[in-house]
Amino acid sequence: MSILIYAESAEGKFKKVAFELASYAKKVAESLGTTVTALTVNISDVSELGKYGVDKILKVNNDKLAGFTAKAYADVIKQAAEKEGTKVVLLSSTTDSIYLSSLVAVSLEAGFASNVVGLPVSTSPFQVKRNAFSNKAFNITQIDTDVKVLGLAKNSYGIFESAGSAAEEDFNPTIGDNDFGVKVESVEKVSGKVSIADADIVVSGGRGLKGPENWGLIEDLAAVLGAATACSKPVSDLGWRPHSEHVGQTGKPVATNLYIAVGISGAIQHIAGINSSKVKVVINNDPEAPFFKVADYGVVGDAFEIIPQLTEKLKAFKAQHS
Amino acid sequence: MKILVCISHVPDTTSKINFTNGDSEFDTAGVQYVINPNDEFGLTRAIWFQEQQGANVTVVNVGGPDTEPTLRKALAIGANEAIRVNANPTDGFFVAKQLAEVIKNGGYDLVIAGKESLDYNGGMVPGMIAGILGSNFLNSCTSLTVDGNNVKAVREIDGGKETVSTTLPLIIGGQKGLVEEKDLRIPNMRGIMTARTKALTILEPVDAAVNTKAVKFEKPAPKSAVKLVSADNLDELINLLHNEAKVI
Repeated sequence: MSILIYAESAEGKFKKVAFELASYAKKVAESLGTTVTALTVNISDVSELGKYGVDKILKVNNDKLAGFTAKAYADVIKQAAEKEGTKVVLLSSTTDSIYLSSLVAVSLEAGFASNVVGLPVSTSPFQVKRNAFSNKAFNITQIDTDVKVLGLAKNSYGIFESAGSAAEEDFNPTIGDNDFGVKVESVEKVSGKVSIADADIVVSGGRGLKGPENWGLIEDLAAVLGAATACSKPVSDLGWRPHSEHVGQTGKPVATNLYIAVGISGAIQHIAGINSSKVKVVINNDPEAPFFKVADYGVVGDAFEIIPQLTEKLKAFKAQHS
Repeated sequence: MKILVCISHVPDTTSKINFTNGDSEFDTAGVQYVINPNDEFGLTRAIWFQEQQGANVTVVNVGGPDTEPTLRKALAIGANEAIRVNANPTDGFFVAKQLAEVIKNGGYDLVIAGKESLDYNGGMVPGMIAGILGSNFLNSCTSLTVDGNNVKAVREIDGGKETVSTTLPLIIGGQKGLVEEKDLRIPNMRGIMTARTKALTILEPVDAAVNTKAVKFEKPAPKSAVKLVSADNLDELINLLHNEAKVI
């Protein structure tokens, strides 16, 4: 009855969330006295997963699954769960995994808790802590079904290596034509930039940047930190930046290790979107900006003077510490 | 085309979040309720289909009588009729089961639900409806056009977007992008007056399993005050981020 994780990958490589999920699963498996099985799709070298506590890897190689198709992937996860007789299925909180989770839960007749932020509070009854009310509170949810599906919030547990290695097994699930009712026609990815979803650090700009022509300041700071760039809602509404960079309640949630807000006053909807980030730095010329109330570190001053200096100083720091 | 828009009745985003009854229930005192923002984008897109393609738009909510003003607001915005399933929406699967029953009986071609509600943030109901009904399903949908039975849509993915094609019947989990925020509708006086005469049907819930329950709520620990660093001393900021916060 081992725990099953779906180890998400892109372009033949595991996403970092797969290692966080494996680390989390290892700990849950210890408390339940069981092992961890990972399901991978179209990855040839899966050995890296073994470092994070996975005992067994089910490898699916199928051309039909070359592109992400939620129904087909959910069907594969269901078959893997049934084959392993698993009672707990774990998924991460990427856009694709969120898409999958509820389909998997229904097909396994499993209770589902999303946005889980820590190890189970109790395993009998099975209770987990989740983000709720747009990160303004937590909700302890009890799952009463025999099989349980959990969606782990990003960056909520961390990545931990364990000793041991994983056994590999080929797995050939049945994939029907009715799994492909939604066809992907084209994919557009922003290349050469760190995406908000994959980033450990996000540098975000607001109206204080005064115009899209000044965005180079944000991009330069992000580049030196290996960070993704983001923006506040007014900035995307004004068309300075695309909606995909808008962080907030109706935009993207951000749960990074470090969130740097430049020229953003901190509307409640924006703060709700970044509340799960661990460390928040606010740079704003208005000392009364509400964002300072939730920030860990703050600098009051002119972004046009501070950001270029900070970027240069960080370059020197990185050169020393690389 | 018959469209069903699923409406969550959620606290306004600026609401203070408090709990009562030994932290087991959300404290509704003084809280303003609104149409869940993700659902509002879907509702406006549905009204666009009504105006441009002659679609019929029904809104539905699973909730008690206190949610009716929210449904009336959706009617005032332009929905043709409303349904309230008279039950406490405690668990995502229970809600999805109720909505699936409404969809089966109503023969809807397109079901638009917000990708997540801003209270419990489960993000599970649209996918569960699709799972129960075996319908085509598209989550994080930011653009949607329908031509006869054929659908073209855009879905947000991590680091970009993808264009997909599918067919009706279809369930979507929608969000901003279905319409722009500036295009969201506000009820006008005529809409408010007309809404009073539109049908609001109350249905009793069907039997459905309740798989999960919220047993307790907690608020985050109070935060310590911000550490301010002088704009002339950015080395100190780097030092704090490296040695204290350990994030660079």
